[in-house]
Amino acid sequence: MAGKSGREIIAEQPFSWKHLFLRWESMLVLLLVVVNIMNIAISDKYWSVTGLFRATNSFLNIAFMVLPMCFVLILGDIDISVGSILAFSATMLGVTYNAGAPMGVAVLVALLTGTVCGCINGLIATRFTELNPMIITFGTQVVYRGLCEIILGDQSTGGLNNVMWFSNLYWGKLGGVVPYMFIIFVVCAVIFGIVQHKTTFGRRMYAIGANREAARYSGINVQGTRFIVFVITGLFSAVAAIFTAASMGSINNAVGKGTEMDAIGICVLGGIMTDGGKGNFIGAMISVFLLGLLEYGLGLVNVSSNVMLVVKGALLVISVMIPNLKIVGNRKKKVA
Amino acid sequence: MENKSVLKKITGSREAILFLIVVILAIFIEAKSGGAFFQLDNLNGMFKNYAVDFVIAIGMMLVMLTGGIDISVGSTLALSGMCASLIFRDHQELPIVVVFGIAIVVGLACGLLIGAVISYGKVPPIIATMGCMNAFRGATYLVAHNEWVAAMDFTESYKNFAQKSYLGFGVINNLLVIVIILYVIFYIILKWTPAGRKIYAVGSNAEAASVSGINVRKVKTICYTILGGLTGLAGGMFTSLYASAQGNMGEGLEMDCIAACVVGGVSMTGGKGNIVGVFMGALVIAIIGKGLPLIGVSQFWQKAIKGVIILVFVILNVLVQRSVDKAALKRREI
Repeated sequence: MAGKSGREIIAEQPFSWKHLFLRWESMLVLLLVVVNIMNIAISDKYWSVTGLFRATNSFLNIAFMVLPMCFVLILGDIDISVGSILAFSATMLGVTYNAGAPMGVAVLVALLTGTVCGCINGLIATRFTELNPMIITFGTQVVYRGLCEIILGDQSTGGLNNVMWFSNLYWGKLGGVVPYMFIIFVVCAVIFGIVQHKTTFGRRMYAIGANREAARYSGINVQGTRFIVFVITGLFSAVAAIFTAASMGSINNAVGKGTEMDAIGICVLGGIMTDGGKGNFIGAMISVFLLGLLEYGLGLVNVSSNVMLVVKGALLVISVMIPNLKIVGNRKKKVA
Repeated sequence: MENKSVLKKITGSREAILFLIVVILAIFIEAKSGGAFFQLDNLNGMFKNYAVDFVIAIGMMLVMLTGGIDISVGSTLALSGMCASLIFRDHQELPIVVVFGIAIVVGLACGLLIGAVISYGKVPPIIATMGCMNAFRGATYLVAHNEWVAAMDFTESYKNFAQKSYLGFGVINNLLVIVIILYVIFYIILKWTPAGRKIYAVGSNAEAASVSGINVRKVKTICYTILGGLTGLAGGMFTSLYASAQGNMGEGLEMDCIAACVVGGVSMTGGKGNIVGVFMGALVIAIIGKGLPLIGVSQFWQKAIKGVIILVFVILNVLVQRSVDKAALKRREI
């Protein structure tokens, strides 16, 4: 029964929604195929094991933030501070390492920083439930980024790639083929997917997102669940920070700017609605690869980062708008 | 209950408390900086540099009154300022008013787009404006081909507009005159016209407003459009003030404007807030921005301090509201 959790709860309009859902995910797969064909046409080195893993490595470090962002959006919350948590965690990592601590300690400090940031978001969000999490995380976003600026000024903290195992987190490959980051991401994604669709915790999240009051009356610890999800979001922003630090080797105060839009955009394109209680983990995962490979391909043909910004922004807005426009729903019905 | 004493009215009003905060803040900075704050030059410079924030804060308030938010203002400012500057660079014969007009029109278009997406496309404001923030920023670099319009591309009269005070009878800086006029206009609109009351109605209870015959979508769209127009105007002011137009101008501006509104008592859920409060809020932000360097606080601290201010005031608003609600409940029980 739990396997159907995502679909059962959105049963207000079962017929049309299910159809839209099926279509949405199959559309994503279709788009993924199109993007891959496009990339193959662009580069003859793309369609090989090394080529594909080179492509996935270009975006998977940010994708770690997508995993908990799914949870946040399903709860009907939003967290726009993830980019700043990434920056702050990476800053703490660099500063700790350059203060003479071993890299292992620095990584732990980064994870701890992310968790604490998540805790602060969660505490404010659960203590002051009148507040929209949007304004809370907007405030903490500014604070965390400000802390980076205080610590780093206009300098950067570098030399992180002197530690071989740390650099290998991003650049290293198991058996020379599969990047370690890819393996870690797949493991995390499987765990998150199982939690979202096969556990009571996941079911509770859908219940809270669909109707917070009803969930509370049926005995679900709404605020506790929200708190845990915010903390997980902070923790995984720190994980993203570690991989980003490993890829760049040095950190400045602008790292991770705008990645909150990437993370939210991926979820939304994957069919996870921002008003909570709707969406499927698989869709978000397809959309990670869809958007990542699209950006990689556009980068191959030297599309400027400015065009990319416009495309990403427009995609985010349009993908939220499409399900809301009545026209699409009607057309869907006629086709069916 | 009805005839509150004048004293209680004053101490109970939020604006009075804010005014007190402004005064204390100013005196504190004056004392710390050894009398550098209350210099005419300094104050003039403060209002000049923060005129942009003052202008956009009005629009931000309108949007927040309807229960929305707009974090794209920095990018809208950049896009409108850049378009106007590019046209001005190639057509130097244009009068200043036309340049400002172009900026306003571009801003209005941006605002209309955001408003339509939010109210007719039913996209949550934060998502819509986050997308537009990036799209407009990218568009700014695109129209400018990654270049920037330098001071030598502007005419003297355009650059002087922000420095001279001919609109203010030689006393008040031109930009400050614009700010004052706008605040007076919007004070009147919000306080005494049906249009203003409609905005409050939509913000406090959209459903009730819609039932009583207000076109909620239209009101929301108009609010975002006004914000866009004001941001466009601010874009013109910005380029005139700094005598250049760069792709990254206005980054982080949304933070200042939202902070001004939040400090000024505009509620995030909509329907609460007034223009006097927003003016005070913007003043607090301006004093902090101008005052901190005077007392030797590094510029790198500014962002964190402003972020903390936003959070503290947002939470304070909630606590105040809670105690008000509690008091109201108590009165009802008796």
